[in-house]
Amino acid sequence: MNQPHPNGPKPARITAGRIGLYTFLVGAALFFLLPLYTMVVTSLKSMDEIRLGQIFALPATLDFSAWVTAWSGACMGTVCVGIRSGFWNSVAITVPSVALSVFIGAVNGYALSLWRPRGANALFGLLMAGGLIPYQIFLYPMVRAMANIGLYNSLAGIILVHVIFGLPLVTLLFRNYFVSVPEELCKAARVDGAGFWRIFFEIMLPIAVPMVVVVSMLQFTGIWNDFLLGLVFAGRDNLPMTVQLNNIVNTTMGERTYNVNMAATILTAIVPLAIYFLSGRWFVRGIAAGAVKG
Amino acid sequence: MSVKRKRNLSATIALLPTWFAAVVVFIGTMAWSIRLSFTNSTLFPSSTYVGFAQYSKLFASAKWLASLQNVLIFGVLYVAGCLVLGFLLAAALDRKIRFESALRTIFLYPYAMSFVVTGLIWQWMLNPTLGIQASVRSLGWESFVLDWVVNRDMAIYALVLAGVWQGAGLVMVIALAGIRGIEAEQWKAARIDGIPVWRIYVSIILPQLGPALAAAGMLLAMGVIKTYDIVVAMTNGGPGNATEVPAKFIMDNLFGRQNLGLATAGATVLVLGVVIAVAPFRYAMHMRNQAKGGAR
Repeated sequence: MNQPHPNGPKPARITAGRIGLYTFLVGAALFFLLPLYTMVVTSLKSMDEIRLGQIFALPATLDFSAWVTAWSGACMGTVCVGIRSGFWNSVAITVPSVALSVFIGAVNGYALSLWRPRGANALFGLLMAGGLIPYQIFLYPMVRAMANIGLYNSLAGIILVHVIFGLPLVTLLFRNYFVSVPEELCKAARVDGAGFWRIFFEIMLPIAVPMVVVVSMLQFTGIWNDFLLGLVFAGRDNLPMTVQLNNIVNTTMGERTYNVNMAATILTAIVPLAIYFLSGRWFVRGIAAGAVKG
Repeated sequence: MSVKRKRNLSATIALLPTWFAAVVVFIGTMAWSIRLSFTNSTLFPSSTYVGFAQYSKLFASAKWLASLQNVLIFGVLYVAGCLVLGFLLAAALDRKIRFESALRTIFLYPYAMSFVVTGLIWQWMLNPTLGIQASVRSLGWESFVLDWVVNRDMAIYALVLAGVWQGAGLVMVIALAGIRGIEAEQWKAARIDGIPVWRIYVSIILPQLGPALAAAGMLLAMGVIKTYDIVVAMTNGGPGNATEVPAKFIMDNLFGRQNLGLATAGATVLVLGVVIAVAPFRYAMHMRNQAKGGAR
């Protein structure tokens, strides 16, 4: 997005139009930043200070105790162990789900675009239709089926569910990527006697590294941010951070500890935010690629 | 010939897990759910067929009707809000702005966060006793009211506000990429003709962004039908039924109220809704590709 601008250098003159433009942009920036700012300052205040009702005021003293409580002492219903366990649950769910779904997506994309076995188009069409349909129609039978094979309420179960529901998107992205790879490359390798897997691991996967990065990022933030599937399939011992966060905030008895809630909220958002800030352009490329779906 | 078949065998085997997921999980579970919607299942699935009874019960339910109305209001305003704000931000950023990349980062970061987080942040901001309302009142404007999350008539707009905050950046990114892809010649020609800048954006740029914005709108609309997390986090459907949405209605009946038949009937209606919404779009794409002479 950094090409030279099509209509000349930055204007030097200040006009009413420029002032209006900057006013709009600064106003918009405030609108987008205000929630983040209030979350941070609220998390650093004491409850006494919060009760004053000055949501935008800076904290009088920096008080990190809410962060400590959010991490290791906040209550979900009657259990008070903080969001720490949810953090590690989210890691345990997300990492294998991403690795598996990216691998399967890459194989699918490669097989669908460069090998086109019988039924390839039908499978692709089915997947795309599956990707559009609301999850609610799949849930109950899936719960029953998972319970029957002993995977309901287990880590393996929630990982499997994420991999399955990720298939449409990862397959689409990898297929579109491999379609642009010259077919001759694959043919030449075949003539040299390389088989399906050898071509995949030695030629195609190395070529597809940029796509692997993009899809991994997209899947990582998507699965980390998931709420519905974690709520239904993960089981009490594996609840992801998003579900625990909602439990901390929305099922508290008595007075709400807003400072702890906001610290827990920031902790939940911190991983996807870090990915976004650290990967910048890759993240943008990822959502742009994902947006082509539809 | 036999070598070719053998080669294709590996590809076919590699796709087997995906075939399994597509056929058994996507089609199988959907068929199962649709079947349940024609039975009188409550806590456990039953095989007593009751025809369309669950559907009549569904559409006699005030809560379901409210949820349909809510998702319609939310969906239209959320998608339109994201498209308008996203396009305006992209157009403004395109005007040779200082700190462009910093601003871009600011406008997009909410999109990286989950709907649960988004809902909780805005619940806090809009909290009438401690949030923005209290803060503005303490500045001296005693009658200032911003109680959207607890106000029956306004709660749905609180969801829209939070949703647009989360999603406008996506449209901005897509629109900005589209704007930067338009040839400089068109700009030069328009400038020579003396057309004002805003006119160029509205009459020349906007039409060319049509397909990109349609794709973004489609993506957001698909999200609308699935709207669940943000409602649970922000208002939990209340006050009253003011922010009840179909996805939440289905979840509540599926897992909370043990009302399988009704829930699956609701889910079937949602799927029909998606088919009806997507079909014309797909058809238009198909016809356009045919007109272009494309194979797909």
